[in-house]
Amino acid sequence: MGLIDDANREAVERLDLSNPALTDVVFAKDVVPGIDKYTVSHAGPPITWNAMSGPMRSAVMGALIYEGLAETREEAAQLAASGKIKFRPNHDCGCVGPMAGVTTYSMPLCEVTNLTYGNKCYIAFNESDIRALCFGSADPVVIPRLHWFEEVLGPAVKDALAVNGPINLKAIVTKALTQGEELHNRIAAGSALFYKAISPALVKVVDSRTELQEIVDFLAPSDYVFLNLGMAYGKASADAIKNIPYCTVVSTMSRNGTNFGIKVSALGERWFEAPCPKVKGIYYPPYTEADANPDMGDSCITETVGLGGCAMGANPAMVHVFGAESTDEAAKITREMLEITCGVSKDKVIPNMNNQGIPLGIDIRKVVETEICPLINTGIAHKDPSHGQIGAGVSRAPLACFQQALEAFVESLG
Amino acid sequence: MENKVNKLFSSQLAIANVGVDIFAKAFRAQDTPCVHVEWRPPAGGNKKMVDLLSKLKDL
Repeated sequence: MGLIDDANREAVERLDLSNPALTDVVFAKDVVPGIDKYTVSHAGPPITWNAMSGPMRSAVMGALIYEGLAETREEAAQLAASGKIKFRPNHDCGCVGPMAGVTTYSMPLCEVTNLTYGNKCYIAFNESDIRALCFGSADPVVIPRLHWFEEVLGPAVKDALAVNGPINLKAIVTKALTQGEELHNRIAAGSALFYKAISPALVKVVDSRTELQEIVDFLAPSDYVFLNLGMAYGKASADAIKNIPYCTVVSTMSRNGTNFGIKVSALGERWFEAPCPKVKGIYYPPYTEADANPDMGDSCITETVGLGGCAMGANPAMVHVFGAESTDEAAKITREMLEITCGVSKDKVIPNMNNQGIPLGIDIRKVVETEICPLINTGIAHKDPSHGQIGAGVSRAPLACFQQALEAFVESLG
Repeated sequence: MENKVNKLFSSQLAIANVGVDIFAKAFRAQDTPCVHVEWRPPAGGNKKMVDLLSKLKDL
């Protein structure tokens, strides 16, 4: 085998051996390098205020109000446009976030540690509501819930982890795959498994009966609380394959609602970008495709590590979301993703595909050669500010990102 | 003289279609079994990409 194949095999092994665990809850101000009150991290590759889509702008406005830097959305928009706010990608400062993914100074973040390789990453709590900051919602429930995360949920989960010890996310991911989930579109079993793991310790550490009830009322019905933890599982795993010489495996896929960006292992932190694709999906009435923003969020870090669209075969119940008539289409998509990946997992398997290991290691060479682009499961935000989530569906990563990366990879060889 | 083409199409056909699937669909629409092989030219025929990929073949 050659240098590239050897490097890619190393990447697949690291992805598969990664063992991410939820180890702590910390504040962004204490762990995110260089962050201050005027820093807003966001999903996707770098972007300016002027280039941001409606929901991304709306989420930024909400975050500035949450941080106490503005009282109204108009004030927040003026501040964001003033040049005083530093915008930067989550992925470039150890974080990830769904949809707009805005991460700011005062937010409590889940700390996920890759126990195999030692690297850490961070993600805010999932809002478990279509009226969410991450979808750009301006609903009155959004900001108070962020303060509740900061004052109640975050400290409680932190104390619970101190009593319980780390919660193994790889174990939850592995088990949820056997329970009909691909962990991007459908995360109900993962969320239930997380609740099962954390709740006994929460009962031990939360003294206030009222607060404990609030926490249970938030976590227990949530089908999405594990979305963010699954993303952090992906980020912690994918960061372990960065900078492997000669490695053509994708280490990051992400979108900011305007542009889609990827990074490639051997090419370090360089982004390769193309316009975000449209999303094919189903819409909550009265919304339609005409209302949809292009694809958005860091959540396709799940596809980067073999979950989501790559593991679609685990979730045949989802095929209606992209208009397929047969549940066989789910396995067909996973088989398609196997054509653009370098290996399979030994322990994360899809039972209804005869325990097929999930595809690991998206290879830019294979994407360019086959023109099969990674399929991504995703939520859909309204294109205009303030609406929140309006549907869910699938998209394809743009081929142009992989073509640019291939060209840069060849150039890097001299 | 016997028309070999007519003879062929009046017999039971075993068909494998490679590439464009419209032909496979046409056979199936006529209740004629057909195995379809999905195939596209490498990199969709994009010469620049084919050249880049070829530079990596020996690495």
